[in-house]
Amino acid sequence: MMVRNTSLIRRILTVDLPVLLILIFTLSPYLWMALTSVTQESKLFTQGPSLTGATLENYLRLFKTVGFGSNLLDSFIVAGGTVVVGLALSVPAAYAFSRFRFKGRRLLMLQFLVINMFPLVLLILPLFILMKSLGLVDTYFALIIANSTVAIPFSVWMMTSYIDGIPRSLDEAAMTDGCSRFGALFKVVLPLCTPGIIATGVYIFITAWNEYLYALTLGGRNIKPITVAIQTLIGEYQVEWGLLTAGGIVGAMPATLLFLFIQKRLIAGMTQGAVKG
Amino acid sequence: MSVTTVPPVPLSRRVLPLVMLSPAVLVTLAIVFLPMVQALWMSLHDYVLFRPKNFDWVGLKNFVTVWNDPVFWTSLRHTVIWIAITVPAQMLLGLATALLLNQNFPWRGLARALVIIPWALPSVVIALMWVWIYDSNFGVLNDLMLRFNLISSAIPWLADPDTALYAIILTLTWQGFPFFAVMILAGLQSIPRSYYEAASIDGASQARQFWHITLPGLSGVLMTATLLRVIWVANSIDVIYVMTGGGPGYSTYTLPLYALVKARTGLDYGYGSALAVSFTLLLLGFVVLYLRRAGRNIA
Repeated sequence: MMVRNTSLIRRILTVDLPVLLILIFTLSPYLWMALTSVTQESKLFTQGPSLTGATLENYLRLFKTVGFGSNLLDSFIVAGGTVVVGLALSVPAAYAFSRFRFKGRRLLMLQFLVINMFPLVLLILPLFILMKSLGLVDTYFALIIANSTVAIPFSVWMMTSYIDGIPRSLDEAAMTDGCSRFGALFKVVLPLCTPGIIATGVYIFITAWNEYLYALTLGGRNIKPITVAIQTLIGEYQVEWGLLTAGGIVGAMPATLLFLFIQKRLIAGMTQGAVKG
Repeated sequence: MSVTTVPPVPLSRRVLPLVMLSPAVLVTLAIVFLPMVQALWMSLHDYVLFRPKNFDWVGLKNFVTVWNDPVFWTSLRHTVIWIAITVPAQMLLGLATALLLNQNFPWRGLARALVIIPWALPSVVIALMWVWIYDSNFGVLNDLMLRFNLISSAIPWLADPDTALYAIILTLTWQGFPFFAVMILAGLQSIPRSYYEAASIDGASQARQFWHITLPGLSGVLMTATLLRVIWVANSIDVIYVMTGGGPGYSTYTLPLYALVKARTGLDYGYGSALAVSFTLLLLGFVVLYLRRAGRNIA
């Protein structure tokens, strides 16, 4: 009994307690923001944020006077459009990378990898000029295209690793049973990698939802995604921290929930390559 | 000499992969590589947006100006400090977190899920909440430090040129360490348990096991994650842009931020592109190192 107790105390001191400290460091900025957002603006500067007398007043103001609703819709359309474009282009490409061996395969795969390594700023300047000359600035199209520069390469790699995980023998069996290659793709491979497609799609959605610099540069009066709206709030309502933090919570909510929902599968896909290296 | 006859690959098998690849390849060519070439082209011209008709070839003039521009050197110094502190801090914190989360304790699943939250947050929101924490009048950081007598008067963390860069570095460390933790955790799980069992039978201490089994086992992951992170941290400007916009003065300018501000605010796209191209060339070494590692894994 004694031995068990000392080992338990030892574990608490060397594992539980340090983990708790790290989690406090990780979560407290977020919780502090949440706490501030439910505190009445007038009380914030006299008593500081507190749970007593918590109110949703800041959130109501956010939607009524600031009009956060339309920003959420903009973000939703841009992120959703990016998911569609990203997946539609990357799933066939990933299938080709996974199932065929052909000349230039390695080079093409590296080409997709190198895109995400290049500085965003190198891309953002010419894309703005390009969209401006095509008259596309401040349209959903421009923002979906810009976000696709990140989404396509990422999902090509993710999907290739998922499809690699589905045994080739399965599509070969389907083909000997009379399926065409496309039949095998649609009837065997796609259903089996649905979880992978969902995880990749959700990740594209999160990235596009959280994206800020493209939204700032290529958006405008008509299209104003949530991240730009939050940043504008910081400028306009400088000291109204109740309102600002409420905006932060609302803006972060969809991405955070989706992330917690798919994190296990996503992490498995993302770390696979790195562990091998 | 015998000639082994390889059955010819049917045409459909040769063409099909290219057909399936071409949409993705063509689109990325159009929206990534074409703009990059355009950036390079713009950097060789005088191109200021309020005189859009003037697009005069100036050769390397912009790059000579970059070389003689004191703000470029200041920004470069900040970029180096920025990477040299942020990435090791993220890695050490991530390593500690991963080692802890690899232990057995009842609420491990919950802890693993919660620790990655900073990673999922939009950088604008991250910037917003840290600006609130650092606020010089009502920020909780000053409040806590005053209460514990660590400082004698409130410090305007983001408005003081001596502290602003480091305040942002702390924010970025917070944002990025979960990435290292997740990667390292995956690395730890790939080290066979039997190594540790054999080592403890031989009487190796915990510290020696860490040094001789864990670290070598993690070296691949650490290398890959560090390279990736150097590239990302160097490129990341959204947090700085929202928190300080580069200020006060030039005290939080990094190279990509300088390029962006020059183009967005100064409307000088020629010079902005030259800055972006210079920065890309400086970063290229890390990119090549990373690609070589990643290239080895392509079967």
